[in-house]
Amino acid sequence: MFTRKPDLDNIIVNRLKELFGDDFYSHEFQYDMLSLTVSKTLLMDIMGYLYEDSFFKYRFLTTLCGIHYPGTDKELGVVYHLHSFTHNHRIRIRAFTEIGDLHWPTATGLFPTANWMERETYDFFGIIFDGHPNLIRILNVDDMTDFPMRKNFPLEDQTREDKNDSMFGR
Amino acid sequence: MTEPLENIISANADLVSGDEHREYNTLNLGPTHPATHGVFQNVMHMDGELVVDTVQTIGYIHRAFEKLAERRPFYQITPLTDRMNYCSAPLNNLGWHMTVEKLLGINIPKRVDYLRVIIMELARIGDHNICNSVIGVDSGALTGFVYMFQQREKIYEIYEEICGSRLTTNLGRTGGLERNFSDKAWGKLRVFLKEYPKVLKEFEKLLVRNRIFMDRTIRVGPISAERALAYGFTGPNLRAAGVDYDVRVMNPYSSYEDFDFIIPLGTNGDTYDRFMVRQEEMWQSLSIIQQAINKLEKMDDKETYHADVPDFFLPPKEQVYNNMEALIYHFKVVMGETDVPVGEVYHCVEGANGELGFYLVSDGGRTPFRLHFRRPCFIYYQALPEMVRGSMLSDAVLTMSSMNVIAGELDA
Repeated sequence: MFTRKPDLDNIIVNRLKELFGDDFYSHEFQYDMLSLTVSKTLLMDIMGYLYEDSFFKYRFLTTLCGIHYPGTDKELGVVYHLHSFTHNHRIRIRAFTEIGDLHWPTATGLFPTANWMERETYDFFGIIFDGHPNLIRILNVDDMTDFPMRKNFPLEDQTREDKNDSMFGR
Repeated sequence: MTEPLENIISANADLVSGDEHREYNTLNLGPTHPATHGVFQNVMHMDGELVVDTVQTIGYIHRAFEKLAERRPFYQITPLTDRMNYCSAPLNNLGWHMTVEKLLGINIPKRVDYLRVIIMELARIGDHNICNSVIGVDSGALTGFVYMFQQREKIYEIYEEICGSRLTTNLGRTGGLERNFSDKAWGKLRVFLKEYPKVLKEFEKLLVRNRIFMDRTIRVGPISAERALAYGFTGPNLRAAGVDYDVRVMNPYSSYEDFDFIIPLGTNGDTYDRFMVRQEEMWQSLSIIQQAINKLEKMDDKETYHADVPDFFLPPKEQVYNNMEALIYHFKVVMGETDVPVGEVYHCVEGANGELGFYLVSDGGRTPFRLHFRRPCFIYYQALPEMVRGSMLSDAVLTMSSMNVIAGELDA
């Protein structure tokens, strides 16, 4: 378990409320981590603020990954885990977008390590990071047209019967 | 890769192109080059012997673990984690179990924690063992590798006594371990602890103050602490650059706070520092294992090997045949009939090459809604061009092997 730091959590929540207003984000506590949901337009401002501020110093990007909630208003999301070595404290930031509007601000300006993480997210979810230096597929083949981690991309059906392979078939 | 090489290079605009007075060569290192120690490609732009730039192509053994995990119950995801960093599979397995335990809110008994610490530190030794001896091979010292590989065999024999398999271990269960350590396992562990320090010392004698080895590795492939942090380095590679970040100390898990150990640090972040940090970590791991054994010997309890969570931990087989409750629990565990909390957890362990993280989103079903692996290799391998730019080709090979890039972890 990560050590919860309720004081620090409250400072972050209050400071962001002051700076960015109530409407742009919500927060919750998931297990041992503060989880912020922010709007896409403010995402980079908030991350930049947490990076630059001399008190917070959230300067280590632990992970960046996509997530897909089909059937909701804003289906696609990106989740960031930030780590402040000064406070030894982690936070999670999430933002969501509609399936029709895939453009997303890049984090490579703040964190060079976001380069491949964003390429991976583009590869699997089709989110287009504006301003990324080299946004091409990374793990899948270049001529693939689908985005396989979206929920509507099927895994092979476990009960299919059209395969006739006496040794390896099902 | 189906595309011709020219297309790859033109798609990667950051490769420097030659002017009329200079001609650069393109060298294709990989995908199946012995120097890469895994299936990934480096398209290198060379000016004679010097590396001007390089572009990595990865994904040759991508197996879609994150997608597969969305169709599998929690306990069936363990074998997937084996195949990420296959040099230290138990670390991945136990990291995954701890993530699930965090989601379910299971408290693990101290004895299980200590047993897990023993396994995890053994896995760390096994991984560093291979990485360091391979650095030796790439700098021309093949002998040490053969001796060290024999010791890895000894570690695998201990795994075999603990869980029945060797390379891809599928070790542990949600809530504990699948069985208690047998007497044979303890015996082999004791023999290993007695013999390994001698071999390690001999190996150090071979390389640490060896003039040729030092000339080949010092100031080769350096990275500053600042750049290493910006690139998301973790583990020995970050510590070699001088940042004392270790998950075992910063966010202790599995009762690591009970142990007394040192985090070795480098200063230059070069190949020699990475080698030395790993070397010292092996000594620290040996000491941690010894401490864990001492703690376990002091405990009265010699039997506990799992937490009391019948909803998630399979009952013993003989009970399943003779006991109604056990049969019901067995059925519920296998069919995934038990409710799981809705929520998101992130848990990380200090893997052999960095912070190995699991981001698990549960919607209450028997499978994860989304599972993302933070694979340390994938994150720090992108810094390679910056580290090898301007160096000799043979140094670039050495830098690559000292970063401990494991293809399975790179590609998930």
